[in-house]
Amino acid sequence: MSIHKLDLEQAEDDAEHAARHRHHLKRDMPLVPAVSIAGRALVTVIAIMTFLASLTAGAAMLIAETSQDWRQSISREMTIQVRPIVGRDLEADTAKAVEIAQGFPGIATVRAYTKTESEALLQPWLGAGLDLSELPVPRLIVLKLAPGTEFDAAGLQRMLSEKVAGATLDDHRLWLSRLAVMAKTVVVMAALIFSLVLVAMMLAVSFATRGAMAGNREIIEVLHFVGAADGFISRQFQSHFLRLGFRGGAIGGGTAIVVFFVLGTLSSWWRGTPAGDQIEAMFGTFGLQFKGYFLIVLVAAGIAVTTGLVSRIIVFRHLRGLS
Amino acid sequence: MVRFENVGLRYGTGAEILKDISFSIERQTFQFLTGPSGAGKTTLLRLILLSLKPTRGQIKLFGNDAAQLDKDTITGLRRRIGVVFQDFRLLDHLTTYENVALPLRVQGREEATYRAEVIELLRWVGLGDRMHILPAVLSGGEKQRAAIARALIVRPELLLADEPTGNVDPTLARRLLRLFTELHKSGTSVVIATHDLTLMDQFEGARRLVLGDSRLHIYD
Repeated sequence: MSIHKLDLEQAEDDAEHAARHRHHLKRDMPLVPAVSIAGRALVTVIAIMTFLASLTAGAAMLIAETSQDWRQSISREMTIQVRPIVGRDLEADTAKAVEIAQGFPGIATVRAYTKTESEALLQPWLGAGLDLSELPVPRLIVLKLAPGTEFDAAGLQRMLSEKVAGATLDDHRLWLSRLAVMAKTVVVMAALIFSLVLVAMMLAVSFATRGAMAGNREIIEVLHFVGAADGFISRQFQSHFLRLGFRGGAIGGGTAIVVFFVLGTLSSWWRGTPAGDQIEAMFGTFGLQFKGYFLIVLVAAGIAVTTGLVSRIIVFRHLRGLS
Repeated sequence: MVRFENVGLRYGTGAEILKDISFSIERQTFQFLTGPSGAGKTTLLRLILLSLKPTRGQIKLFGNDAAQLDKDTITGLRRRIGVVFQDFRLLDHLTTYENVALPLRVQGREEATYRAEVIELLRWVGLGDRMHILPAVLSGGEKQRAAIARALIVRPELLLADEPTGNVDPTLARRLLRLFTELHKSGTSVVIATHDLTLMDQFEGARRLVLGDSRLHIYD
């Protein structure tokens, strides 16, 4: 361009001048202003949403894993109950049932509760210090199944019915089905809450994007006039909101990780105390495994990416609408 | 380069603010667009820039019928036009350097490929020592020069300038006009919207497009 030839002396030292400025120039400022009150509010909203989503996902995973542990341990265990029948020797019937169980394929160990142990099981309901000798307390035989082998529960039930009067086999099927339903319900509820949190967050991002576009209308107009394509402008907004999303996701996800870590540590401290044991029996250890923490990181990253994508789609639609 | 045929524009159901506008801007021409305040000079520039759609008539830009253009093509055509806004339209959060480099940046060019060029132009318009400054700190004249530099950096085929000397002293106004004439000599068509008679008198050979009573009168 000839205008640049007007001042030759200046032009000659341009290269030197450019080199001098190279390290001082601010060259890559985002075209959408990064700092704004709306931006900070959105980071807070995303952080809260990520925290709630991470808690939901983590809690669902804990409960699903604990339920799985329960189901596995219960399904590897069965109980024979021998009811006392007038005119029959309960001890002999119990011994006979033990003998049948020990000879049955697929059973690893057989342990019959003694009369004293059986009566002790009633203590929580009847209290201590009572003479239970007159009560017809049934005897329990706990069977542990051998891992990796087929077990014919119906066959054992049939054999017991034929050979020991009053003996029944409880394979905990009812418990198992209830546990399965409970675990599925928890997971479905968690998925529902997670979806609601995600929808709420997407709505928040959508409002924030529209607000940001309204606030930066002049910037958009200038960008159009200087030849920016819609794709370029929407990418600017996307990267702006992606940054906000990552910041919010890191804060929310990081807080959730800290919460699970602290709860896990506390529950390990409480282990051994009656309350701690009860909580652990019900809800597991509260300690997330590596995959649990990975899931939280995934949730946070997913929320950040969703934030960027939602804003890009909204900006693109808005810009198309302008034409 | 630009051709208007019986173009009319009205906002909503109001009266036409531009009526039967017909003119053309050829390559390597220099024209002033003038008329009283509120006559529609800025509106006419916006029509050329395709940021407004006429309510009637036909606009052709670089041989393309504006009514048939998709957004991507409009974007491509705008890259061939430099615009200086009356109110500068500098982005407040970007430095002078970044503002001037903006048209190149939106084209996806690497910063290293245009850095020297932007610095050179900034120095030429007298903003060599103001390139790190945000627009809020610049004076009106400095903002004007930054806006002009931003329009020139793409070496446009057509330059539209809306009151480019409205905020500068006479000395700088003369220098800016010299810049526009140099640009014109290098092959760019220039349209300067102004009601500054002194400025127009300095370039007597220029064509004058005068807006009045919503109509355009041409004085070659």
